Amino acid sequence: MAATNIEVWQQATVIETAAVATDIQRIVLAPTVPKRAEPGSHLDLFVTINGERNKRSYSVVDSSDDGTRVAISVLKAPNSRGGSVFMHTLRPGDTLEVTQPLQNFPLRVGAPGYVLLAGGIGVTAIVNMARVLKNLGANYTLVYAARSRERMAYLPELLALHGDNLQVHIDDEGTALSVADLIGSVDPSAELYMCGPIRLMDAVRRSWTERELNYPNLRFETFGNSGWYDPEEFIVRVPRLGVEAIVPAGRSMLEALEDAGVEMMFDCRKGECGLCEVKVLALEGAIDHRDVFYSERQQHAAAKICCCVSRAVTSPTGLEADAAHGDPAIVTIDVS
Amino acid sequence: MTIIQTKSSTTNKVLNYPLNTWYVAAWDHEVTRKLISRKIADKPLAIYRTEDGRPVALADACWHRLAPLSQGKLLAKDEIQCPYHGIVYNSAGRCVSMPAQETINPSATVPSYPVVERHRFLWVWLGDATLANPDTIPDMHQMDHPEWAGDGLTIPVTCNYQLVLDNLMDLTHEEFVHGSSIGQAELSESDFEVTHDDTTVTVSRWMHNIDAPPFWLKNMRDKFPGFSGKVDRWQIIHFEAPSTICIDVGVAKAGTGAPEGDRSQGVNGYVMNTITPETARSAHYFWAFMRNYRLESQLITSQLRAGVSGVFQEDEDMLLAQQAAIDANPDYEFYNLNIDAGGLWVRRLIERMLEAEGRSVSAGRAGRVSSAN
Repeated sequence: MAATNIEVWQQATVIETAAVATDIQRIVLAPTVPKRAEPGSHLDLFVTINGERNKRSYSVVDSSDDGTRVAISVLKAPNSRGGSVFMHTLRPGDTLEVTQPLQNFPLRVGAPGYVLLAGGIGVTAIVNMARVLKNLGANYTLVYAARSRERMAYLPELLALHGDNLQVHIDDEGTALSVADLIGSVDPSAELYMCGPIRLMDAVRRSWTERELNYPNLRFETFGNSGWYDPEEFIVRVPRLGVEAIVPAGRSMLEALEDAGVEMMFDCRKGECGLCEVKVLALEGAIDHRDVFYSERQQHAAAKICCCVSRAVTSPTGLEADAAHGDPAIVTIDVS
Repeated sequence: MTIIQTKSSTTNKVLNYPLNTWYVAAWDHEVTRKLISRKIADKPLAIYRTEDGRPVALADACWHRLAPLSQGKLLAKDEIQCPYHGIVYNSAGRCVSMPAQETINPSATVPSYPVVERHRFLWVWLGDATLANPDTIPDMHQMDHPEWAGDGLTIPVTCNYQLVLDNLMDLTHEEFVHGSSIGQAELSESDFEVTHDDTTVTVSRWMHNIDAPPFWLKNMRDKFPGFSGKVDRWQIIHFEAPSTICIDVGVAKAGTGAPEGDRSQGVNGYVMNTITPETARSAHYFWAFMRNYRLESQLITSQLRAGVSGVFQEDEDMLLAQQAAIDANPDYEFYNLNIDAGGLWVRRLIERMLEAEGRSVSAGRAGRVSSAN
């Protein structure tokens, strides 16, 4: 219910920063209007990129009971839109504009069993849930998958707290997660909560559907910041308005269109609501759908895209190295 | 100028309510396959039973445009459909169908509150769900115990719930408010004893060798046909935080040992009361009168329910008049008398619960609960 998420904007002071893994910075904030953070909650905050304010969302990793200390953790993404770079420059004493903890990913108390699945930096949304389930004495398994050990935030703490309830999968160490095995072993009455890259979440959704598990028991949260392809610079054209804009790798199509003066409709800006939908008239390249709004069938048809997160690419493999340098993808669209 | 805000609930006229607790939302028989809408602690709830009989309490506002789900439709299994755009939720409050798109928005949920059916009531927990422990539901076992029979009703009362608790914690008012049924002068003339612990308060009063007031004379004659003579009368008020009061009441033939524990020559009832805040100035007052004699008589059950109902109507009239006077006299505070000891311990315990939740003790003067939740 949206009413529980009325944003109370306030100032927060950075009181602690620490590197907790390669390129991952833990940032502890002291908000001026403290509120306890439920498991699954996140903060919205304003980052400054080239002097411009942009809104970002970060999961609350942990907080004090009275909400006076709220910790988030930020991965510095090389292809980010600039927000994570800004967040990594923060030092104790700096201030930010933030909301109170907002809830779009509530943990239900009372399920017969739980699987918590964290992929990479997605662990930030899962840490608090796992702690609450541990305290409740719930029947839970925490699955934490990543490419390499040095990129895994909070791993020692999670091992110490969750012991045998924690399964760790690391690509580099030959213990990569098999989504099919994981979903194949899930008890049909269990609820699965996941946060991670879109490839992982898509694979889980597919296995979940194939196994005909109860779909509402699959819980996930996305911030729309990962795709099947590395982000590339591409060109968007809106012939009806005579607009052509370049979408840099670190910027969204929605932002590029807004910059070009196109009046856009949008709401969530993270690929959930579908309000920023644009019609694809022509395409040179491929679409990297990063939303959770369209079904697989609709994404495959590529007739419409959520321009807040989805991108056009040239790389046939998804790797930036395979992109057609100097010859960007071009997507021709119409807007509402 | 320094403004000092009164924090003590002992002089607080409109008490706030705790949220980390169980409140009765409905009688068990009210919860059916037909949706009901009820506001509990300022939260509107849509309450129903699933096809397999499980009770459910969802926030009564669709995630999308906040249309009241209680005006929607119950579908198969545990599902409920919003009346406006047809979004379907399950009993966990999760969207299972969004008519206008092929996927389900992962954020599409409405709060589903923990519920427990016990003592013929549906109890709901509106606070932090990780703290919801059914073992902390107040003891009202007389409600459905084979050694007890009786029934009750709900009074929608338009006053702060604390005024009802005050009313039940000090029964000296019976002499003046209920003169024709249970009131008598000995109530204010006899001594009483107050004890408390972390979650309960008990007020005990014995009146020895007195005439039975009309209500109790009738009850004695139901058990002992033709009874006349003096009685020993007791009222033992058991409060369990935050708002349940079970009163052990009865009379026995005078001098037959009731105060020492032998109640065989008397009649014993339990007035079961649990008061659920609806808003700062209204409450759902659930009550029943249970007895442990003549269990077979539905006539007596009906007579007692009607009789107590009449008594409580007198209370309701007084409570409404009191709330109106409170609101009309914002600059005056309460004064506390010795007879308020039980009620003041009740306030103290509730005040502690509110402080533990970081919520303000006062529900404010303007009829709105303060935003400190």
